[in-house]
Amino acid sequence: MGPLLEIKDLHVEYETHDGTVYAVNGVDLSLRRGETLGLVGETGAGKTTTALSILRLLPDRIGHIRSGKILLDGADVTAMSEPQMREIRGNKVSMIFQDPMTSLNPILSVGKQIEEALLLHTDLSKEDRAKRVDEMLTAVGLQASRKDEYPHQFSGGMKQRIVIAIALACNPELLLADEPTTALDVTIQAQVLQMMNELKKQFDTSMLLITHDLGVVAQTCDKVAIMYGGHIVESGTVQDIYEAKEHHPYTTGLFRSIPEMNKDSDRLAPIPGLMPDPMLRQEGCSFHDRCPHCTERCRREKPDSYAVSPMHNIACFLHRQRDK
Amino acid sequence: MEVRSGSPLLQTKGLTKYFKTSRGMLHAVDHVDLQIQAQKTLGVVGESGCGKSTLGRTILRLIQPTDGSILYRGEDIVHYSTARMREMRRKMQIIFQDPYASLDPRKTVKDLIADPLKVYKTPKSRRDELVGQMMETVGLAERFAQTYPHELDGGRRQRIGIARALVLHPEFIVCDEPVSALDVSIQAQILNLLMDLQESHGLTYLFITHDLSVVRHISDEIMVMYLGVVVERAPSKELFSSPLHPYTKELIRAIPMPDLDPAHRLVNSLRGEVSDPIEPSASCRFAPRCNYCTAVCHSSQPTLKDMGNGHFVACALCGA
Repeated sequence: MGPLLEIKDLHVEYETHDGTVYAVNGVDLSLRRGETLGLVGETGAGKTTTALSILRLLPDRIGHIRSGKILLDGADVTAMSEPQMREIRGNKVSMIFQDPMTSLNPILSVGKQIEEALLLHTDLSKEDRAKRVDEMLTAVGLQASRKDEYPHQFSGGMKQRIVIAIALACNPELLLADEPTTALDVTIQAQVLQMMNELKKQFDTSMLLITHDLGVVAQTCDKVAIMYGGHIVESGTVQDIYEAKEHHPYTTGLFRSIPEMNKDSDRLAPIPGLMPDPMLRQEGCSFHDRCPHCTERCRREKPDSYAVSPMHNIACFLHRQRDK
Repeated sequence: MEVRSGSPLLQTKGLTKYFKTSRGMLHAVDHVDLQIQAQKTLGVVGESGCGKSTLGRTILRLIQPTDGSILYRGEDIVHYSTARMREMRRKMQIIFQDPYASLDPRKTVKDLIADPLKVYKTPKSRRDELVGQMMETVGLAERFAQTYPHELDGGRRQRIGIARALVLHPEFIVCDEPVSALDVSIQAQILNLLMDLQESHGLTYLFITHDLSVVRHISDEIMVMYLGVVVERAPSKELFSSPLHPYTKELIRAIPMPDLDPAHRLVNSLRGEVSDPIEPSASCRFAPRCNYCTAVCHSSQPTLKDMGNGHFVACALCGA
C-alpha cells in the first residue's frame, strides 16, 4: 500500500498588496499509515501553509498552490472540486489549530460542536450521535455531563481537549495538528501530549504534527522533517534527527539554540542573522547567508536532497559526497 | 552609590496584592518575601495565573500593593509619592513580553527609544547621541532608526524594548517573559544580549518566565510560584539538581526534552488544573493536585522553611 499522504514538489504563493510571498518552495513529504510526522521549523518557515494546502484552506484569492501534487491515498487533492474537499475535511482529514481560545464557537455548547462533525459526515441517528459525543468527551478526559456547557466555561487545556474531540469524532485517517500545545502551560501540555499519544493508537490515526519545539517532537513523532525558508532541509526518523551524526547546518543550529536543562553552559549558541525574506526569490541555498559552512556554490545553486542513510535526507552540498 | 555586600538591592516583605472581584478577593500575590543582591538575577517561574507578572508590576508599583513592603536599597518605596516614584523609575525599569503590543506603532525606532529620555527631560541635543549609543549597545543597526516597529521582526522589536528600558541607565530591570514570543534561534540571541548587558552595565534582574530551561540559563536564584505563593526558592543549580516541592518536581518533569532518552518520556503527568485563586482556603494551594497530599496539607498553609544551602521550601512534608 502506498503512503497515506504524499506531497510532491509543492509550491505555494500568497499574492499580497506588496507583492508575492513565496511561502512554500518545493516541499516533498510522505507519511505512511499509523505514523506521526513532525514538521519542525520557526515562524515563517511555511509549516502552516503546507498543512492548510493539504485541506485546501489557504486564504481565498490570496493563497495559491502554484504547482506540485498532494496525494491523499493516491488521489490528488489539488485537482479536487470544492464538494469533494468538503467530504474530506473533518472526515478523512481533520485539523487542530494552535489556539483553542479562537477555534471554538463561543455561542454553541461544546456537545453541539462535536455533534456538528457527525451530522455532516455520518448518517448516525440522533441517539447514536449523542452517544458518540459522550464517548468523545470521555476519551479526551472530560466528563460527558459537561456537554451542554459553553467554551468559556472551560480552561485553555480543556478547550484544546474539546478541539481534539471534534477532530477525532469522525475517526479521521489523518490528523493535522498545528502547534496543538503551544498555547498551553507546561504541565497541561504534558497531559495533552500524553493523551494525544494514547488517542492516536486508540483511533489508529496518522498525524502530521507542526511544531517549533524539538522537545515535543521527541515525545510524539516517528519521523521528522525540518523546514526552513519554504522547503524541507532535512528529514528522517527521530533517531536520524536526534542521534545521527550528520545534519543540515540549520538543524545543528536549531539544537544548539535550545537552552540545555542538563548542562551549565553560560552562553547560548544562536544562529546568527534572520530567516530570508519570503518576498524575495532566493538564489542558491535558502540558509546560505546564516550558514557557517557556506561556499561559493551554495550561493549560486540550490542543493538537492541527498540520502545519508536509507531514510535520512539532507539538502546540503556538504553531504553530497556521501550520497550513493 | 555602592551597595554593601550582603544587603540586597531589592527586598520585599509580605508583599501582597489582592484584586476585588464580584465573587470575592482574588489572591494574585500572597505574602511574598524575596531578596535580590545587586547584579544578580532572580528567576520567577510558574504557570499562567500564578501571579508572577502581578508580582513584577507590583514591585515597580505599576500596581499598588494591598499589603507588605518593597525595600529598594533598604528604603521602603511603597508609600512614595507619585513624583518620587517617578524619579525611582529611572532606576527601576521593565521589559515587556510582547514586542508586538508594547510599542507604539506610529513612532519610529528612534522616537521609541528617545521616549524615556523625553519623560525625564534630557535636553534634545543629547537625545540623538544617547539613542544612537543605545541602538549600538542592543545590536540595532543605525539604518533602522527611521523605521516603524511593524517593519521589523520580533527579535529586533524586542531589542527596541530592551533599549527603551536601558536608555536611562537603570540599576534594576523586571524582565517579564522577554523571550516567550520569539523563535528559539532568536530567543538565544536575546538571552545572550541580556546576559552581556548585565555584565557591562551591572544590572540586576527579576526575570519572570514560564520556561524553566530559560530561567535556569539566566538566573542565579530561582523562585517557583503557585497560585500567588512562593512554594520553593533555591540557587539555580540546586533547584534543578534537587527540587523538593512536589510541584517543582512535576514542573521539571513536564518539560519535553529534545532527546530520545526513554527516561524522558511523558508518563503519568500531573493531573488536574490550577484551582480557583478567589478566596482560597487556608490549606496548601497545591494540595488538590498533589500525589503526596495528607490531612495536614488540607488543614494549614505551609510557610517557607530553610532547608540549608539557601534552599527554601513551603511543603508540610519536607523536613518534617
